[in-house]
Amino acid sequence: MKLTLEQVEHIAELAKLGLTDEEKEGYRVQLSAILEYADMIQQLDTEAIPPTATVLPLRNVMRDDEVTPSLPVEEVLANAPDVEDNCFRVKAILG
Amino acid sequence: MALYELTIREARALLRKGEISSVELTRAVLERIEALDSKVRAYLTVTPERALEQAKEADARRAAGDDAPLLGIPMAIKDVICTKGVETTCGSRILKGFVPPYDATVIVKLRAAGAVLLGKTNTDEFAMGSSTENSGYFTTHNPWDLTRVPGGSSGGSAAAVAAGEALAALGSDTGGSVRQPAAFCGVAGIKPTYGRVSRYGLVAFASSLDQIGAFGREVADVASVLGVIAGHDPRDSTSVNLPVPNYEEALIPDIRGMRIGIPKEYFVEGIQPGVEKALREAIRTLEGLGAVVDEVSLPHTSYALPAYYLIAPAEASANLARYDGVKYGLSIPGETMWDGYRNTRGQGFGPEVKRRIMLGTYALSAGYYDAYYLKAQKVRTLIKQDFDKAFERFDALVTPTTPMVAFKIGEKIADPLSMYLTDIFTLAPSLAGICGMVVPCGLADGMPVGMQILTGAFQEPTALRVAYAYEQATEWHKLRPPLDGKAEDKEVVRQ
Repeated sequence: MKLTLEQVEHIAELAKLGLTDEEKEGYRVQLSAILEYADMIQQLDTEAIPPTATVLPLRNVMRDDEVTPSLPVEEVLANAPDVEDNCFRVKAILG
Repeated sequence: MALYELTIREARALLRKGEISSVELTRAVLERIEALDSKVRAYLTVTPERALEQAKEADARRAAGDDAPLLGIPMAIKDVICTKGVETTCGSRILKGFVPPYDATVIVKLRAAGAVLLGKTNTDEFAMGSSTENSGYFTTHNPWDLTRVPGGSSGGSAAAVAAGEALAALGSDTGGSVRQPAAFCGVAGIKPTYGRVSRYGLVAFASSLDQIGAFGREVADVASVLGVIAGHDPRDSTSVNLPVPNYEEALIPDIRGMRIGIPKEYFVEGIQPGVEKALREAIRTLEGLGAVVDEVSLPHTSYALPAYYLIAPAEASANLARYDGVKYGLSIPGETMWDGYRNTRGQGFGPEVKRRIMLGTYALSAGYYDAYYLKAQKVRTLIKQDFDKAFERFDALVTPTTPMVAFKIGEKIADPLSMYLTDIFTLAPSLAGICGMVVPCGLADGMPVGMQILTGAFQEPTALRVAYAYEQATEWHKLRPPLDGKAEDKEVVRQ
């Protein structure tokens, strides 16, 4: 699987990674090589094989809906680059 | 013997008898770090005042009659595990300055058991790598040969334990990140079964694979640490509610009649001759101890690497979406909110992390999901079935941990695929979620070789028992890296 530069740019945009032109070309070559190697799995017939998302037999782990203490807001916000009125401050999303 | 050279078992005996205090022991290890770490560079952060405070507290607890399992034992923590009030960077520039507001469950448990925490150890960024060369800060050096890598991603923890800069350490293992550095640095290490140890507070890389593990200078020490950190945690819904066995009771130096399988796919062309020789000899030793050894086939072994490098990056690409410059860590604002994301993530992540986010995003993207991610998950089923079948016939499987000994710093960093190939023997067990234990089993080119012992899910006692029996029958675990200008020791051992 050889990736094109457009594909690399599309993936970078999906992942919101700002890449330099040099990085894009580097990843194009490296990811192509890795995907070519990964294509080995296409040889296997997995028609009747279910996928494994987790090795555990656990499904839908539930707990009682009990109120327990939370972290203090100021501690949660202590690492934030920009804070206002007990909230994370971000740029306008719309408009 | 210097205090920093003690194993947990030895230190515990001296502490119990009152022959040493935890403050003395901790001070000795801190002095060792001070003297050596400019060369080894195992630690990203050392917290001497905190450590001495905790040591004092441990001595007071002991004076009051407490004998908790790790009371007064100085340990190191991989920097992907959250420590309240102590910077946690995951080896990434994007988390520089991040101080967690809470402790991971394993930290709460270690502290309750009396452990003294020395600091945070270096790692490949977000645990993605096999050498610590992907750390956003610096590369850790292998204590056996400072021109070589310690392995990764938990290279700092393994190097610290090997160098006497901690008695034991925690690491994390997603595709081999405890086992491979344990082998490269000549220490014992365990990756427990997925679900055995709580991941709460372990910064997520690939959530269906990540598991916290332990390093020690002997098997008994690994058992002691595992006994403390294992168990169900309501804060991690993937931790399993099964009783925690007494792992120290599993340390029985008798494996007569135990059925040990040797997967033929793990002795392939390309394996370093010295590594294969050490393993063959170790297998003969196990046979000599009365184990019933036979060959077994795990036919899908060669598909583990491609499956892993689709599944783990896919999960990582989702997990690492949280680094957006809003809640914590690096923030490089742009004209719009989206520009801020692109700037922060583009400049904050290192090359390997970006490579894996790209790979994972691709594997999950529209049009490729079925061919890559879903297909890889089906292959994962086949790999798991290989192990399920093998464990019907065998109590444990024994393999090399890596195809080669620790490589030179810089040797593989330019070629990601060749770096990935160093993990071929640890990836399949990770995908199957089973237990993997590593013990030193020889030297090749003067560098440690590690034997990987695999057991089925939650069969940690069996892995520990095989490892312990082997260790008691051999001397490899007693070798120490030639760090004090005592290179002649190494020469003697080589002959």
